Amino acid sequence: MARVFMKGCEAMAEAAVRAGCRFFAGYPITPQNEIPEYMSRRLPEVGGHFVQGESEVASVNMVYGAASAGTRAMTSSSSPGIALKSEGISYCAAARIPIVYINVARGGPGVGSIQPAQMDYMQATKASGNGGFEMRVFAPSTVQEAVDFTYRAFDLADADRNPVLILADGVIGTMIEPVELPAQRSEEEVAAIKAGKRSWACIGHSLDEPRAWIQPGNWSTAAMQQCNEDAAALYASWEPEWESKWLDDADVVITAYGISARIAESAAALLRKEGIKVGLVRPITVHPFPFAAYEAIDYGKVKAVLDVEMSIPAQFVKDVETAVKGRCPIETCLCSGGNIMSREAIVDSVRRIMEGK
Amino acid sequence: MELLYKRTKTIQEDKVSGFCPGCMHSTVIKLIGEVLEELDVVSRTACVLGIGCCGLHMDYMAYDNITAPHGRACAVATGIKRTNPDTLVYTYQGDGDFASIGLAESVSAANRGENISVIFINNGIYGMTGGQMAPTTLLGMKASTAPFGRKAEEHGYPMHMCEILDRLEAPAYLVRTSCNNPANVMKTKNAIKKAFQNQLDGKGFSMVEIVTGCPTNWGMDALASLDYIEEKMLKEFPLGVIRDR
Amino acid sequence: METNLCVAGFGGQGVMTLGKFLAESVCSSTDKNVTFFPSYGAEQRGGTANCYVVISDEKIGAPLGTSQDDVIVMNGASLNKFLSYVKPGGTLFINSSIVSDDIPRDDIKVVKAPVTELALEMGNSKVLNIIMLGVYVGYKGEIDPTIVWGTIEHKLASKAKLLPLNKQAFEKGLEIGRSQR
Repeated sequence: MARVFMKGCEAMAEAAVRAGCRFFAGYPITPQNEIPEYMSRRLPEVGGHFVQGESEVASVNMVYGAASAGTRAMTSSSSPGIALKSEGISYCAAARIPIVYINVARGGPGVGSIQPAQMDYMQATKASGNGGFEMRVFAPSTVQEAVDFTYRAFDLADADRNPVLILADGVIGTMIEPVELPAQRSEEEVAAIKAGKRSWACIGHSLDEPRAWIQPGNWSTAAMQQCNEDAAALYASWEPEWESKWLDDADVVITAYGISARIAESAAALLRKEGIKVGLVRPITVHPFPFAAYEAIDYGKVKAVLDVEMSIPAQFVKDVETAVKGRCPIETCLCSGGNIMSREAIVDSVRRIMEGK
Repeated sequence: MELLYKRTKTIQEDKVSGFCPGCMHSTVIKLIGEVLEELDVVSRTACVLGIGCCGLHMDYMAYDNITAPHGRACAVATGIKRTNPDTLVYTYQGDGDFASIGLAESVSAANRGENISVIFINNGIYGMTGGQMAPTTLLGMKASTAPFGRKAEEHGYPMHMCEILDRLEAPAYLVRTSCNNPANVMKTKNAIKKAFQNQLDGKGFSMVEIVTGCPTNWGMDALASLDYIEEKMLKEFPLGVIRDR
Repeated sequence: METNLCVAGFGGQGVMTLGKFLAESVCSSTDKNVTFFPSYGAEQRGGTANCYVVISDEKIGAPLGTSQDDVIVMNGASLNKFLSYVKPGGTLFINSSIVSDDIPRDDIKVVKAPVTELALEMGNSKVLNIIMLGVYVGYKGEIDPTIVWGTIEHKLASKAKLLPLNKQAFEKGLEIGRSQR
């Protein structure tokens, strides 16, 4: 398939359209503006609808409405805007409404910085809204992965009837890379997907049929508990995804996700050329977290696991600590404030570990 | 024998409402059901419920509904209507929902001229949470968060949503009615019918503001609440058609 | 083999376009990995703009960095900011119309081209970036100029009447670049 040279944000938007997304609502915030801008041009071409919402709060609720009516729907934002969307995301999770949303993350907290960061890890993986719901959260480390995960996310959201989050960042969103785009679903396929949801879609049913009743909660405590038990069973069924490299002989294992992971891999490759045995564990889903990936590390040999992330204080490291279970020291290589992780910083960190400093 | 009245099929027969004695939610809900049947659109109607007492009828309504987060009904309705233009989409919201927490969503949907209908229940008080001050609480009226009564200098003045939305170009129909006597109930029904017909005709945003009572949180019996509506509420919120295009 | 390039200048000098045309040409004509990363301030106008292009036979890690094989500077502020980014043995490309300073490093190669003046001589100050793109491609000799020209032609298809001017600008740049090898 021919590769095209596309900006991350636009490539994710195109992937969504090709997956059958026919409704998008969003609100401007840097560095993800190319997603709503692209959707505003592209969706009308395929009979879809774009709305610039009056806020992130309104936008996510428009998506909640569209998805509750059976349409594949998406929203996107960047960190402060994602925080505002937490209300609607929680409603979608409670009512079991399939939506996809993208966080092109930037520095925080507060208005933070408009440059890339990985400071929404806890929010993305532990509590993206009130009430303890969970979501599949994918962390792409290339534009190609951003495309592939966005495309898959719609199928997974529908299969689970649950929101799916693409946890990208300002580098993935604004960089341009060659990508192979997935196949465009035909109008017949898109219509069939929507028709398949008719029984529960809030679009009107005759009084002879069961009504559609989209309930993001319940008056009955027994019924509410049952909903939560059903959701917990769904969450427990998810398989984590990860990539591991060079673990067999590793003296140091670098672990990182998203944009940091590709920089970590380039550092590991460089160090291995020098004969320094560095391994790599990269979670692809940061929720569910691939704890099993860390079982393949030879803790009898490894000097340390090096956590690399663009967040100060470190957040991803909390899950790494749970996975490593104290079997070796965990060191960190961090940056924040919109600064982007460098290969040199990771190489220096590994050297310090190897020298026992 | 001639059939003069029958119960609307849009309300499930085996369920009971959770509304207080003298509450007019049940009246308005019945009117909406009758209008949907008369227009023969029940099978293609989606109701977007706000948060608060307005959501209490979700258990016994017989047709499609979705509960929106507090204040976001117009945004949720936008998402449904844009992607399903053949569905009749209306929101059912109280004053806290439509005029306070949802003000941005309400004004913005009206300004976009979304082809939806809003049924806005204005009783000047928060019901479900226990009688707190609403944006439509009258001056001097006591509320659990305004125990000495609403004061203009501290709380501002009651908000007039029909008049506020009348400053916008897009809305098609803005009307204020009440349900405090049989004549006004009939006018309310006609207003709801016109709002829904407007949507079916693609005319855009219509809003029916219905001035009702809340005997429980107003601290009076049902009959007294009717007098209070007539003597106090309707002085502040005069009835009539504000916009009809 | 990996080449890291940083292009920097004033907003409005077309530095993003320069980097994008180059990266796009690599994407469309080779199997190499290539990234383009823009770096903006919060301002919509003015200020400095810079972008990074990485071309590699292997997987690319960071699409930007402080250690660059090649740096193109279009103004004085960019020279001050990015001179230290050039690796020892790397190459600095300078818009010598604006940057007349002596370069206080003897461990790098310097390629000079008065692209602002040349663009004005051609009657359109905006083509300075296309001249500089030609200088870079001509000096490096790694990318087929006909492919880069194909990218320019394709991207400017909607402004067909500007094509002859851009062709002239690109070829002038190639000539300058080749002459300084």
